[in-house]
Amino acid sequence: MADSDIKAMTANLDAVEFDETAFTEPVPLSEAKVAIVTSASLHHPDDEDFSPMDTGYRVLQSETRDYVMGHWSPNFDATGFALDINTVFPIDRLDELAAQGVIGSVADEHLAYAGNQFELSAIRMDSGPAGAKFLKEQGVDIVLLTPV
Amino acid sequence: MSTLAHIFEAEGIATVALGSIKNQIESTAPPRGLWCDFPLGRPLGVPGDPEFQHRVLATAFEMLQSPEPIFAEYDVIIPDDESEVLACPMPPRHDPDAHPAVDEANGLRPAYERAIAKYGNRVGAGRAVQVDDIATAIEAFVRVAEGTSWKEAGIPGIPSRVSQDIRGYYETAALALSDHAPSAWAGTRWFLDHTEAGKVVMAARQAMADAGENNPIWFYMAPGDR
Repeated sequence: MADSDIKAMTANLDAVEFDETAFTEPVPLSEAKVAIVTSASLHHPDDEDFSPMDTGYRVLQSETRDYVMGHWSPNFDATGFALDINTVFPIDRLDELAAQGVIGSVADEHLAYAGNQFELSAIRMDSGPAGAKFLKEQGVDIVLLTPV
Repeated sequence: MSTLAHIFEAEGIATVALGSIKNQIESTAPPRGLWCDFPLGRPLGVPGDPEFQHRVLATAFEMLQSPEPIFAEYDVIIPDDESEVLACPMPPRHDPDAHPAVDEANGLRPAYERAIAKYGNRVGAGRAVQVDDIATAIEAFVRVAEGTSWKEAGIPGIPSRVSQDIRGYYETAALALSDHAPSAWAGTRWFLDHTEAGKVVMAARQAMADAGENNPIWFYMAPGDR
């Protein structure tokens, strides 16, 4: 078993292609509120687990870092996250960057979606825009997207 | 992941997307995409290495200075050596009447609890099978491997999720048994190839495949290249 073999399995999957690339001019990083959005299916233990083809999102609090992995795919290493949440969700690193003044602040709330989806229309039309709206309402300027 | 970048940008939030699979991040082409050739599951690279993680973040955030969409490749590769297997001291046989996999799982419980106490339960049991029921879940897969239909074997949940909990139980226990942070996949290779429970899961998966069960029912019980 090898990482390269797993990655090669994705070679023939259809990728979503966009006719136009939306592009938002960022505010200066040192003034920006930064959030993490991950496709790692993370959630808090008491929140609803992800279902196999779950297209929704879960809100991850900065304050309570008891995140658990709810992903259904067996096709990634989970021990890195088990050892150090920052391997997937670099919340401690963002705190350090905020303390250094590199970024303006860290959002209080972040989002997790379920990756490994083959039908993305619900995310494109519904939960994706809803998640963006949620973060906009929190004053988020910049999002760091992390996969697994 | 990269799809969300397009959506968020359209809603007025600037994004930087990390990607672990080159063809995916190139095809979906997020406005700012950084391909990091790291093992799947470790997008920031190295657990427990803040300096490494900060360098990845610095490279990602530098892309925000680009006045137009940009794609870049991170300049450090973390290869999967495809050979490291965790070397874990296994518990001796305790109950000769129990199936070897069940006896093994029970013997690993102290190590599992030590790992949970140290790291928290991030990927261990609890999605479909609580830790106290791991042995029961393994017994169900033993019955499948021996020819019982998976629907009649008493599997306590969807087989792939149950298998995931067993794997998570073992890989979490291994964190307490290993003397170093394992490289990516080393724990999975150990579980699948060197433990009795891993052999049971793979045998059950093969039995379901041989019985003509629907592919998604058994395929996701193990990584897809198995």
